[in-house]
Amino acid sequence: MTLTANKIALSEKYTELFHAHRSMLDAGSSSLLNRMRDIAIKRFEKTGIPGFKNENYKYTNLERVFDKDYRHILEYEQVDVDLNEAFRCDVPQLDTHVVLLVNGWYYAKNQPLQNLPKGVVVGSLKQVANEQPELVQEYLNRQAALSDDPIVALNTAFAQDGFFMHVPDHVVFEKPVQVINIMRSQDAIFATQRNLIVVGKNSQAKVIFCDHTMSSRDFLTNNVTEVFVGQDAVVDIYTVQNQNNQANSVNSSFFKQEANSNLLSSVATLHGGLIRNNLKVEMAGEHAEANLYGMSFTDKKQHVDNFTNIEHAQPNCLSNQVYKYVLDEDSVGAFAGRIHVVRDAQKTNAFQRNNNVLLTDSAKMNTKPQLIIDADDVKCSHGATIGQIDEEALFYLRARGIGEADARMMLMNAFAHEVVQNIRVEPLRDRIDELVEKRLRGELAYCHSCDRH
Amino acid sequence: MEEQDKILQEVTSQEYKFGFVSDFESDSIPKGLNEDVIRTISAKKNEPEFMLQFRLDAYRKWLKMPIPDWAYLKIPPIDFQDIIYYSAPKKKPQYESLDEVDPDLIETFNKLGIPLEEQKVLAGVAVDAVIDSVSVKTTFKETLAEKGVIFCSFSEAVKEHPDLVKKYLGMSVPTSDNFFAALNSAVFSDGSFCYIPKGVRCPMELSTYFRINAAGTGQFERTLIVAEDDSYVSYLEGCTAPMRDENQLHAAVVEIIAMDRAEVKYSTVQNWYPGNKEGKGGVYNFVTKRGICRGESSKISWTQVETGSAITWKYPSVIMMGDNSVGEFNSVAVTNNHQQADTGTKMIHIGKNTKSTIVSKGISAGLSDNSYRGLVKVLPGAVNSRNFSQCDSLLLGSTCGAHTFPYIEVGNKSSIVEHEATTSKIGEDQIFYCNQRGISTEDAIGMIVNGYAKEVLNKLPMEFAVEAQKLLAISLEGSVG
Amino acid sequence: MLTIKNLRVAIEGKEILKGINLEIKAGEVHAIMGPNGSGKSTLGNVLAGKEEYEILDGEIWYEGEDLLELSAEDRARKGLFLGFQYPVEIPGVPMVNFIKTSVNEHRKFKGLEPLTAGEFLKLMREKKELVHLDSQLTNRSVNEGFSGGEKKKNEIFQMAMLEPKLAILDETDSGLDIDALRIVSDGVNALKHPERSTIVITHYQRLLEYIVPDCVHVLYQGKIVKSAGKELALELEEKGYDWLKTHSL
Ligand SMILES: Nc1ncnc2c1ncn2[C@@H]1O[C@H](COP(=O)(O)OP(=O)(O)OP(=O)(O)O)[C@@H](O)[C@H]1O
Ligand SMILES: [Mg+2]
Repeated sequence: MTLTANKIALSEKYTELFHAHRSMLDAGSSSLLNRMRDIAIKRFEKTGIPGFKNENYKYTNLERVFDKDYRHILEYEQVDVDLNEAFRCDVPQLDTHVVLLVNGWYYAKNQPLQNLPKGVVVGSLKQVANEQPELVQEYLNRQAALSDDPIVALNTAFAQDGFFMHVPDHVVFEKPVQVINIMRSQDAIFATQRNLIVVGKNSQAKVIFCDHTMSSRDFLTNNVTEVFVGQDAVVDIYTVQNQNNQANSVNSSFFKQEANSNLLSSVATLHGGLIRNNLKVEMAGEHAEANLYGMSFTDKKQHVDNFTNIEHAQPNCLSNQVYKYVLDEDSVGAFAGRIHVVRDAQKTNAFQRNNNVLLTDSAKMNTKPQLIIDADDVKCSHGATIGQIDEEALFYLRARGIGEADARMMLMNAFAHEVVQNIRVEPLRDRIDELVEKRLRGELAYCHSCDRH
Repeated sequence: MEEQDKILQEVTSQEYKFGFVSDFESDSIPKGLNEDVIRTISAKKNEPEFMLQFRLDAYRKWLKMPIPDWAYLKIPPIDFQDIIYYSAPKKKPQYESLDEVDPDLIETFNKLGIPLEEQKVLAGVAVDAVIDSVSVKTTFKETLAEKGVIFCSFSEAVKEHPDLVKKYLGMSVPTSDNFFAALNSAVFSDGSFCYIPKGVRCPMELSTYFRINAAGTGQFERTLIVAEDDSYVSYLEGCTAPMRDENQLHAAVVEIIAMDRAEVKYSTVQNWYPGNKEGKGGVYNFVTKRGICRGESSKISWTQVETGSAITWKYPSVIMMGDNSVGEFNSVAVTNNHQQADTGTKMIHIGKNTKSTIVSKGISAGLSDNSYRGLVKVLPGAVNSRNFSQCDSLLLGSTCGAHTFPYIEVGNKSSIVEHEATTSKIGEDQIFYCNQRGISTEDAIGMIVNGYAKEVLNKLPMEFAVEAQKLLAISLEGSVG
Repeated sequence: MLTIKNLRVAIEGKEILKGINLEIKAGEVHAIMGPNGSGKSTLGNVLAGKEEYEILDGEIWYEGEDLLELSAEDRARKGLFLGFQYPVEIPGVPMVNFIKTSVNEHRKFKGLEPLTAGEFLKLMREKKELVHLDSQLTNRSVNEGFSGGEKKKNEIFQMAMLEPKLAILDETDSGLDIDALRIVSDGVNALKHPERSTIVITHYQRLLEYIVPDCVHVLYQGKIVKSAGKELALELEEKGYDWLKTHSL
């Protein structure tokens, strides 16, 4: 009884916050975002903050992190240092367009990007929605609105700004855009961030999201990203999650793929508190291909949950998922992957694999793969394993004179490398390999010279 | 291509073979459920007070429970006040020789294709037949009695072995376990009781044949199997139900308790009436089956071939408490026409070095939905545990669905859990290969499906395996009824 | 026995066979050779009645009947046998059951009683010996886990069991060791009969030293570009298909 009462109170806290600051939310954003708020908050109210009785959040109790007292970031706050100075990406050979976001907002002092291909727009969602609404209107909330996840609805209700990118038809945008999301505050804060990426027909683009914290306080980020992948387009989205261990986040990504498009999504989770990544892919055209990778390395009391949902709505598509976890100390991992092949989506190929290694008796892994198949001419499979590194392989290495610790490290690197190797930006791949290795050695995996956890 | 679809459709649109109603009189109480009905059931059965209390306790819990809605099933609303909760054949026969048994009853068994008098006797099987809730005839009792094995109807066990019943009833499946288990605990009319004493290997397969007969009766039977230290028993359960237009509810409970080094094999062939081609009628089958490996190195294995019922909701489970204990689940589930099945297992690892295996083969045809749902849970203390699960789905035709919902939870570093699932359609190349050797598409499908399910069929006792194989072929081949 | 007239066949909208003409008389052995992808297996599959092919044009007459009107199993029962290039695995279906069903279906078609278990086992033993098939293989599931060569031998074994009128052997020689090659050929030769015909599809003239063809055809890009006596095989082996391109076109 008290639990339910608590839950209602908790959800009401957020709806009240919304109503109390409605005008502030509107003032800080664009009419394109503002007009979605009312429906969204109603949708949120219906379910509220999901507890573990919610099947989709069975293994991640969000009440715990939503129940803390945060200062809510409802308007842009000036930053007292120059983040451009503070953040310089030190990855060798990684040549990217760098864009900074701070506490969910597009950083005011971002340097203008040089030499963008013709027609490419990169910037603040709020600003583009105000100045070039035609680029945003057709896409914003087109996928997220279909979700029944209350946290996504909550994002839509509170969303004011975030990252925006538009790549017109027939443009190969070679140079990756690196979006650095920084959480920075002296007190505990709650931030909402809304991103939109549109890649036109026959175009190509790559985006790297790096999630960081610049102070070690309690944070909660509610992040929603919608990505539209046009016909024949090729899109890579990389995410490196490397925050302090009190930084909690719910990240929901939506991908809609048109015919013959090719999507690669790769998420590496290194440090952070409670992290929930929702990933939804809709195959909306034939012969689309999606490759989705995830790896998570956790220790202490970290909690990482990846929840994927691949909808094969059209025939002849291919999806392939590989998610790997290494869990140390008291950390908890969860993976839920759903493959849904709708009626008549014939000749679908859909594969999914989730492999996990537990390093201690107090770590826990929960996995829940699902196949929902309503067409017959399909090849679908999933596999999940939870265990340790292969003792036979370990023995083999030791028999060749390699010390046990090294042998273990070698095998764990190999375990992770199967995921890392799919990164199609070579310097990034090398860097992540290196970060993973450091992470496995138990060193803090710094990504940037300025970053302190 | 089209031709094949046509044949697929033909072979998957067969009618139920066991649809008939035998008309021996039955003694029923009026429809509906309340405490008085429960008292009446208990009184009619001359039960001791503890049984009445058990029932009332369950009933009160049941009143507060919601009907579970998490399965991948569309369950039409069930009016629990529109069901007759007790029905027994009026002339309750107690014969020593089969000649004395009501010829109608013998005829019923003949129609079922399992003549009591010959096949089972020759096969050395003792049969405890449950027709509409009350046990009618038990054979081989004496042979079993010599070994100290108790195998009798539940009612009889309540009268003659109340201490055993009192000790073990509800141990695996507590009254509050779930909605249907609570309902069963409140109203169950009869079932089987089986007790294997220490060190005894039961000399024959024990078998029960369940059948729903009277119109509008729900069947709520209860089975309790207790295997003491170092004992062994193999138990067979078969079910059919006559063809009726309205849906019939079936909510059974099976409890197994295995002590140190005991082994229990439980095999089911479920062939309740699935409803007609349009989805009218058929049995709603909500079953709770659970075994506890209480003793060390004990073993419980469930093998099931599920071809019947309009709705199947069933998760035979094993709780491995004893160190080194073993759980097994082997299942073939066939759905056709409008059938829906959501079935699987739970393997709960508590003891050290516990092992479990899950093999599930789903076959869907027609407009049916067939789901596997399973939980493998390894608790932190269950060090060095192992699970391997293989869940395959085969689709015949483009209008059916096959779904897989495993849950895996592991809480220690020394255990290994592996799960694999595949979904695919029946191989056109395989059908063509058979065709090329002169085998018709119909026969080829029967052959391929049986081959596909082989791994599970092989786990069934001999005489059951043959029956199950035929059943699979019939379910999909439409070689008429 | 078999007459193919102007056969044109497509799969997934792509024309593979572009007007095949072929006449095979009772008792004859014909060899079909040709580069990879020229349509040899397609021809075999179409003759056996595989359904995913689209017949664009042409006729096929088998023993005075329109073959295209018959289902795959009826073609088989009427004595048409295809030895597959890639025999499929059927897990869980024991070889013995499979071949017994097959033999009895053939018998039923001819109005004969099914073989008794004893008769069947005797026949099987005989035929296994004929092709030197490892007796363990018939206890396993159909083709499951068989080596490449074992699969091919198994095809010949089934052919021996069924004694077809027209056997089409699609690269039955590939993957066989030298001894097996001779055994297989002996098997084929043992079945030789004035009433039976064989089509051997092969890449190697070596097989044709054992199974001597009456006629060799070269299939090239969906057409028979050359037909001649057994010496054509030798010539091809020496000169390759390029030689043909320049010659025949
Ligand atoms: N299902 C199919 N879909 C598309 N193309 C196909 C299909 N089956 C065969 N083909 C194509 O048809 C052509 C002929 O194939 P076929 O198998 O008949 O060749 P083959 O002469 O037997 O070759 P090989 O000597 O390699 O066995 C090839 O180009 C092949 O790719
Ligand atoms: Mg070929």
